[in-house]
Amino acid sequence: MTYLLANGPAVWRLSVQHMEIAGLSCLLAILIAFPLGVLLSRVRWLTGPVLGTAGIFYTIPSLALFALLIPILGLGMKPTVLALVLYSQLTLIRNTAVGISEVDPALVEAARGMGMTGVQRFWRVEMPLAVPVVLAGVRTATAMAIGLTTIAAYIGAGGLGVLIFQGISTAHTDQVLAGALVVSAIALVADLVLALLQRALGSVTGVRAWAS
Amino acid sequence: MSCSSPTIAITLDRVSKVYPGGHVAVRDVTLNIQTGEVLVLVGTSGSGKTTTMKMINRLVEPTSGSIRVGGEDISKINPIQLRRSIGYVIQEIGLFPHMTVAKNIALVPSLKGWPKPRQNERVAELLELVGLPPDQYAKKHPHQLSGGQKQRVGVARALAGDPDILLMDEPFGALDPITRGQLHEEFLKLQRRLRKTIVFVTHDMLEAIRLAERIAVMDGGVLEQVGTPREVLAHPATRRVADLVGADATLKLLGLCTVEQALEALGAESPDALGPVIRSGDSLKDALLTMVACGRASLPVVNVDGTLRGRVTLQGLQTALAGQEKDRRPQGAARGQGTHA
Repeated sequence: MTYLLANGPAVWRLSVQHMEIAGLSCLLAILIAFPLGVLLSRVRWLTGPVLGTAGIFYTIPSLALFALLIPILGLGMKPTVLALVLYSQLTLIRNTAVGISEVDPALVEAARGMGMTGVQRFWRVEMPLAVPVVLAGVRTATAMAIGLTTIAAYIGAGGLGVLIFQGISTAHTDQVLAGALVVSAIALVADLVLALLQRALGSVTGVRAWAS
Repeated sequence: MSCSSPTIAITLDRVSKVYPGGHVAVRDVTLNIQTGEVLVLVGTSGSGKTTTMKMINRLVEPTSGSIRVGGEDISKINPIQLRRSIGYVIQEIGLFPHMTVAKNIALVPSLKGWPKPRQNERVAELLELVGLPPDQYAKKHPHQLSGGQKQRVGVARALAGDPDILLMDEPFGALDPITRGQLHEEFLKLQRRLRKTIVFVTHDMLEAIRLAERIAVMDGGVLEQVGTPREVLAHPATRRVADLVGADATLKLLGLCTVEQALEALGAESPDALGPVIRSGDSLKDALLTMVACGRASLPVVNVDGTLRGRVTLQGLQTALAGQEKDRRPQGAARGQGTHA
């Protein structure tokens, strides 16, 4: 705590950097994973190959993946963001595909029977009903990105990992502790915000009450 | 019978549906559905009744044969337009849980691009029609409604675009018997007012008897018999129809007649004033059950206000039943004008 008080501005700068990396990664990851998830819910046979590939990335140890990307993208933020995007694909694609596929087929058929086009069915029925599951995936991916960003300090991406690695090499336990505490706090706050969003969307769409 | 032949709303002409792999869901069905009639497709699961219905709004495409709606071959109509012009009701799960009652009902009007005020007017009008006060129900979500209320909303939603034809797929299947009975009453009342052409799918022969002007019995993808409830009950065309009708066909047939139809003048003996009586509007089935329950061969018949009308006897029941079984004409009296008005 004394460390945090003494180094406020530096910690703040690293926190912002940390959130930037994690936030940018999540945003890019969602932009890629969402269309892929929708595609899988439509073209079922793609599920195996796509989730299999995403699964391979998921199982590569993070440090190894960072190391593999350095020769291609160099040090710093670029390989970090790419690695985080790759890591979160499995969770995000799977939740999007599952969320849409699990919408009650009777509802989808009711929508067809009433004369909705494919696009109308998707935006007016399937998507609103899939939102809770899709957002659950986003929550998991966000928590993971915030955690992994810490390790990215090792390849010069910055962020709160810097505090932790410095602390380790200089045997400053309170510095390590401070870094870890702030990372946890960021992760908790992000999760809380997304949980509130999930609940708000759920109550707007009536899905939560319907699901419970 | 009147001289003008009834107009045909829907024609199925030698329609078959064969799924890849060779399963024949519907085999060579030919059926005319008249404008303004309630035709109930009845059969066990796997009989092809639902598939037959879904071919009418092109949710399922026939493998062979043709279907005409309002004289037009539906394979030449854009399926989206076709479906918006046909009301579709499925079990209560068919309401969209993320939309309010009003949004659910206004769905087809909004797809058709009606202006918002007209949509709202229509929602209020339809909620009134199905007996749910709009100011209480329009803003609710489906999970806040009872099963019966959901089904009312389902019917209102199907009527929203003012279609001439309604397809109803076991709409009352998930309801308890009492609610179901109420909704049957309301359904018949509504239909007397609206005179839509309705194709109704159920596996429940009693429900079919209650609601149908004509019943189409299906089994194994084949149309076994088409006829009025009385024809089907009294003269099942095949063994399978007889099985579906059940051993208690006589009782079901009696349930279709009122005491009025077997009313006799009072005999010389004065009726026992303290004994059981039956009302003239009750069914002959009730009369028979009352007779059996209290061991009598005749019952005094009273009006709704309790005044004595006459009597009904076991003998009279048999005569009425024999008359029914000979009666091959479509039933008219009990269902308003019937199909041949």
